[in-house]
Amino acid sequence: MAGPPLLEVRGICKQFPGVRALDQVSLRLDAGEVLAVVGENGAGKSTLMKILGGIYTPDAGEIFLDGRPVQLPSVVAAQRLGISLIHQELNLAENLSIAANIFLGREKWLPGLWGVLDSRTMNGETERLLARVGLNLSPNTAVGNLKPGQKQLVEIARALSLDARILIMDEPTSSLSQSETDRLYEVVFDLKRAGVAVVYISHRLFEVERVADRAVVLRDGKNAGELARHEINHASLVRLMVGRDLKQFYPRTHGTRADASIRLEVRDVRYQGGPDEPISFQLRAGEIVGMAGLVGAGRTELAEALFGIRRLTAGQVLIDGDLLAGNGKAVSPKRAMAAGLVLIPEDRRLHGLVLQESVAFNLSLPNLSELALGGLVQRSKERHLAKGLVDRLRIRTPSLWQKVGLLSGGNQQKVVVGKWLAQTPRVLIFDEPTRGVDVGAKAEIYALMDQLAGQGSAVLMISSDLEEVLAMSDRVLVLHQGRLAGELPRARLTEEAVMHLATGGTTREWPEPS
Amino acid sequence: MNNIVSGFSRVAGYRTFGVIVMVAVLYAVLLASDPKARSWDNQMTIANRLGFYGVLTLGVGVLIISGGIDLSIGSVVALGAVSFVMLARQGFHPYLAALLVVLMGSGIGIANGVLVTKLRLQPFLVTLCGLFVFRGLARWLSPQGSPGLGQVPSEFKPAVENLRYWLFGGSPLGVPQVLILLLVLAAILAVLVHWSVFGRHIFAIGYNEQAARYAGVAIDRCKILAYVICSTCAGLGGLLYILDNQTATPTSAGALLELYAITGAVIGGCSLRGGEGSVLGMLLGAALLPLIKQIIIFGGISNDLEYVLIGLVLLAGTIVDQLLVKRN
Repeated sequence: MAGPPLLEVRGICKQFPGVRALDQVSLRLDAGEVLAVVGENGAGKSTLMKILGGIYTPDAGEIFLDGRPVQLPSVVAAQRLGISLIHQELNLAENLSIAANIFLGREKWLPGLWGVLDSRTMNGETERLLARVGLNLSPNTAVGNLKPGQKQLVEIARALSLDARILIMDEPTSSLSQSETDRLYEVVFDLKRAGVAVVYISHRLFEVERVADRAVVLRDGKNAGELARHEINHASLVRLMVGRDLKQFYPRTHGTRADASIRLEVRDVRYQGGPDEPISFQLRAGEIVGMAGLVGAGRTELAEALFGIRRLTAGQVLIDGDLLAGNGKAVSPKRAMAAGLVLIPEDRRLHGLVLQESVAFNLSLPNLSELALGGLVQRSKERHLAKGLVDRLRIRTPSLWQKVGLLSGGNQQKVVVGKWLAQTPRVLIFDEPTRGVDVGAKAEIYALMDQLAGQGSAVLMISSDLEEVLAMSDRVLVLHQGRLAGELPRARLTEEAVMHLATGGTTREWPEPS
Repeated sequence: MNNIVSGFSRVAGYRTFGVIVMVAVLYAVLLASDPKARSWDNQMTIANRLGFYGVLTLGVGVLIISGGIDLSIGSVVALGAVSFVMLARQGFHPYLAALLVVLMGSGIGIANGVLVTKLRLQPFLVTLCGLFVFRGLARWLSPQGSPGLGQVPSEFKPAVENLRYWLFGGSPLGVPQVLILLLVLAAILAVLVHWSVFGRHIFAIGYNEQAARYAGVAIDRCKILAYVICSTCAGLGGLLYILDNQTATPTSAGALLELYAITGAVIGGCSLRGGEGSVLGMLLGAALLPLIKQIIIFGGISNDLEYVLIGLVLLAGTIVDQLLVKRN
């Protein structure tokens, strides 16, 4: 192509406390192209996009628009230059109308009447924009009444109203149904034809295969490689993303036996905030069971109910055949722990860690009764326990007394996992175990899961990362709107099969692989 | 200076450093203000006041670490002070009455704790209601004016005098007994807060209740215990109040004490967001108010400016603290 590219990024660096988020990252984007930016969680995709969107300022590096160097000190500055970022978690005021959201902060006034809204102009323009993204809705509809997919389209309409030449979409389909996703693809292709450049961030690789003209892969904050349209396929993407042999990255040394004893039995369980339909499943000793589903499918809620954070309203939970909950017995995290069931929560900063306290404090928190004599914590025992776990999990920390909030995401996550390993749990529920974790720590967490299963624990791995679900699970339970939509044995595991069940399909409709 | 701060912060936390400096500065100002301020008697007065404020500050400080707050302290002090006299008038031996007053505090703590944990009410609201209820009870218990130690039946007078002597008389060490009482209480609470499982749990709960819950901490039990510690200290405060002042006016006795105690704890390094604080800091924070009061007396400052001064010192402490937080 002649002339300079629409957007070029050279040598971008960004440092956060404890992590080097971006290290010398470069990127080129042409008009009318869909560029996929792919990478593991924590690879730096979102940081890079936030820099382009004017939310973060880089520590080093240059950004060129049409060949001219530009600064992006704020969101408004980026938008003026035609760069719009659509966030993973949508930024819309739910209580306002579509038109009000689209013109938020740039409301039009009646000529000469300062501060009096010109609703007619704004509604008219909103209607034109909605038509462009294929939304047949009145501009006065409250955004709170829209479905997730419609909200996504409203965000795109808003970006178009800003004359965006570059549209950055961060995990746009993470909460969309299949038909909403298809609708979104059409809009993306329309925009592309109109000359808009789209940066599409996703870790759903089959989506990348479908929409991208080119893919840039990031790994641990660095450029890992670039793939042209014809080179994009699942295997090549994953190889670049993890940067090593897949067998090594997702170790599977544990053997599973169909006759292994049942570690966790969930019998006709219903819980507070859950669906009316009860849920039942079993985990056997030595197996890793994936639990997939869309955001909001009720996976976390189910895990919370099993661990006693949420109230069970019906059914029984048994650990090794002993009743943990049900028949009038309530679970509490303390009782679940005592029975050998532990939960590694999804949100480690909110639920997993006391961030301002030390590594040792956090590792010993659930084990204090073992460390105490007469109610007083024995520091020497505590140090011993923490040291053992730090070594075993290879937690990289300057000292046991370092504030845990200052560690990198991967090492924080190892602390969250590690605090449960002082005793060998019988059942471990990992909720999004590798979210926001670098590739190295990810490999170690997978190895640890494999090792725990090898020692006879049962592992339930809740994950939205299909890649790891497919690679690590002996079988997969798929949830849809709180119900168990189906179960896929390892032999029948494919990305499409999981998505089919997760978006409301049934096992019957899905053909057996030939 | 930076070296001193960072060196100290390794030992006791930078927040304690700030309050040490403030106490030292205020004490120096006081000593410089008037020769009489340097008298032994004046030191004893400060020590006496410190003992009283300190007991309340320690109690609320522990509660604040756990993420709670108690606005009813002053009213509990008033109720305790009035109850002591009323119990003695009803024929309870003063030793028993003293014990009952302290236990009444514990009972109030249980009630506050249960309301906050089991019914999930906001601590601010529950204890705000307590502020009215206990003050009202104190007034209702003493329909005719101010109950005083003079109304205690004469056969109990010697026992009351014993209590007064034990708590406020001189001591072998030449310091008021109430200060010794405070230091013993501080030592017990220091072990509890900084070395025990309970202490670990309240720091975890105060800073991140959810994380503590996910780690299997018995949240409700810990929180209730924190309320019990706070209100028991307030009950003890009521006993100290009546023994020191001899009479308690139910409408005004102990008024605003909750705010003094919270102020002391906060200046001493307890974050109102919970999860931060130290017993040493609380002790030092409790010393600020007695020092300010004496500075007003000896510095010839108008009494009416007392609150202004307290407010400004708290503000200064907060600003210094914020600057230190930013630097760290």
